[in-house]
Amino acid sequence: MEEQFAKLDIRKDENIVYKRTPLLVDRPLSYCPGCGHGTVHRMLMETLEEMDIQDKTIGISPVGCSVLAYDFLNIDMLGAAHGRAPALATAIKRMWPDKFVFTYQGDGDLAAIGTAETIHACNRGENFVIIFINNGIYGMTGGQMAPTTLPGMRSSTSPYGRDEKTMGHPLRMTELVAQLPGTYFVTRQAVHTPNHVRRTKKALRKAFENQKLNVGISFIEVVSNCNSGWKMTPVNSNKWMEDNMFPYYPLGDIKVDGKIVEPKAVTAKAGE
Amino acid sequence: MGELRLMKGNEAVAEAAIRAGCDGYFGYPITPQSEIMEYLMVEKPHERTGMVVLQAESEVASINMLYGGAGTGKMVMTSSSSPGISLMQEGISYMAGAELPCLIVNVVRGGPGLGTIQPSQADYFQAVKGGGHGDYHMIVLAPASVQEMSDFVKLGFDLAFKYRTPVLILSDGAIGQMMEKVELFDPIPRRTNEEVIRQCPWAATGKPKERDHIIITSLDLDPAGQEKINLKLQAKYRQMKKDEVRFEMIQCEDAEYIFIAFGLSARICQKAMDIARAKNIKVGLFRPVTLFPFPAKAIAEISKKVKGMLVVEMNAGQMIEDVRLSLDSPQKVEHYGRFGGIIPAPDEVVSALEQQIIGG
Ligand SMILES: Cc1ncc(C[n+]2csc(CCOP(=O)(O)OP(=O)(O)O)c2C)c(N)n1
Ligand code: SF4
Ligand SMILES: [Mg+2]
Repeated sequence: MEEQFAKLDIRKDENIVYKRTPLLVDRPLSYCPGCGHGTVHRMLMETLEEMDIQDKTIGISPVGCSVLAYDFLNIDMLGAAHGRAPALATAIKRMWPDKFVFTYQGDGDLAAIGTAETIHACNRGENFVIIFINNGIYGMTGGQMAPTTLPGMRSSTSPYGRDEKTMGHPLRMTELVAQLPGTYFVTRQAVHTPNHVRRTKKALRKAFENQKLNVGISFIEVVSNCNSGWKMTPVNSNKWMEDNMFPYYPLGDIKVDGKIVEPKAVTAKAGE
Repeated sequence: MGELRLMKGNEAVAEAAIRAGCDGYFGYPITPQSEIMEYLMVEKPHERTGMVVLQAESEVASINMLYGGAGTGKMVMTSSSSPGISLMQEGISYMAGAELPCLIVNVVRGGPGLGTIQPSQADYFQAVKGGGHGDYHMIVLAPASVQEMSDFVKLGFDLAFKYRTPVLILSDGAIGQMMEKVELFDPIPRRTNEEVIRQCPWAATGKPKERDHIIITSLDLDPAGQEKINLKLQAKYRQMKKDEVRFEMIQCEDAEYIFIAFGLSARICQKAMDIARAKNIKVGLFRPVTLFPFPAKAIAEISKKVKGMLVVEMNAGQMIEDVRLSLDSPQKVEHYGRFGGIIPAPDEVVSALEQQIIGG
């Protein structure tokens, strides 16, 4: 009894150091426990709140596990057809140049069915933010092979491991769009440790600030886990991601202020 | 009287779009409709009205640009020809499901496949039966002149916003390419952003504090919810059938026979009518202007007053199915068609009438 009083005593406004941003709708997320999608949602909404641009922002959710992102993000949103978010964003930003526009897309959405829309929006130098959640698999449809699935990696449609000879090579979409003059800021981040979460948030801030400058696409890849699709515990999936995904998809900025940055030897161990 | 000009059908569409206050055109080149985007690029509507014109990377991208623009309340359009319209079907279905207004112009060419670049009416089924997946319809307008290519752009936008639905202009390579006199309507100023927000409270335009966030989607995973959306769409289609049916009847008062034809075929039938009447065959023309909603009642009525009807189409017999479904008693109705890009000559239409209806 006494203990409870003590808890209530602590729950005072002046004692709060961190809380849910009101830009996240107060309802349970549809994501598996341990999934990176929810963390990125939160960083995204905190960024909009800190910039105080939520009333001027229009978001576009994909088809993939984050198809219902519009139920969680308390801003005006459109749900695109699979892969087409950059086409929607192109039209919206051109007809509402004063709004902040972003797409939120998975690797199947952005790097397979929507490759053309992604590349051409980047190549035209459209002025919006692309957030790309690369988990190396089709999470929503039950763990099929994605264009980003690693060599040898098992999925329900590569049950003996991805064979590069017949199934092609994992696509580094982020390096690819960095080559296009229409992209201004291209970076690859992660959200599996507090340190990486902070960096992702910094990248988001930079990306949305760039929109004020009208300088082209800001493209943020977040290498993320899909513990369900990978059939691992959340902790093991993060470890597996560090050991296998990061060497193929090295973290860090690829293009800043319109200029390709020299690749550094990136180590991305937990707690780095 | 509005400004008179000699124009191609395709150019009339483009000029009408600027004058109607269209906010954005998104398209991909394909014959026989490329003049629409070419005209727009030359005209620089961005300077004239602030309208955005963008050459997209594909028809798939174009239609999804429309989805984005329409979802934010803007007045958007695209145009293409048959293969391109096929590529758009997923996006059109999404727009019907999300109840978004837009205007799509199909300047039809012969098919199937890459087919031919010559005029055809073979996309009738695709246009009026939905085309993409799911239970939906578009309002379908069938122009028979360059004048109507211009007029139906304005009408199409009005209907699209009235019903929050995609509207399709089903034209063909001949109407798109031919030049005729056209009386242009006076320009209507584009709506300001404030007007868009006021007129389209359903649109995603950025969430102010005082209202809930807006979600534009065609997804409802709960079947009960999805059925509700379907019932709402069906109610809308019933309303269209009540209020939006448009057709034209020419020399039907004394007619013993009638041609039923839309678009270019109706133009051919008008000439065929003159030839037939010179031979003392009393034939009239019934021209559906809206193909969806289809003028079923009017066709049922007129069918009882005549001895027989010939449905003339530049396809293998598509609208005739809707004509047959319209009849509430057995009537003599036959089809005459040419396809693959061939336009029937008026005298072969008269021969068909004589052989299939009068003599048959
Ligand atoms: C046209 C079309 N094809 C296929 C699908 C089925 N589908 C839904 S989500 C998806 C893959 C999603 O994977 P990804 O984009 O990587 O997102 P994740 O779920 O992994 O976050 C597929 C193939 C669809 N909805 N539409
Ligand atoms: S299936 Fe994978 S991507 Fe989808 S919510 Fe679960 S862990 Fe996340
Ligand atoms: Mg994925």
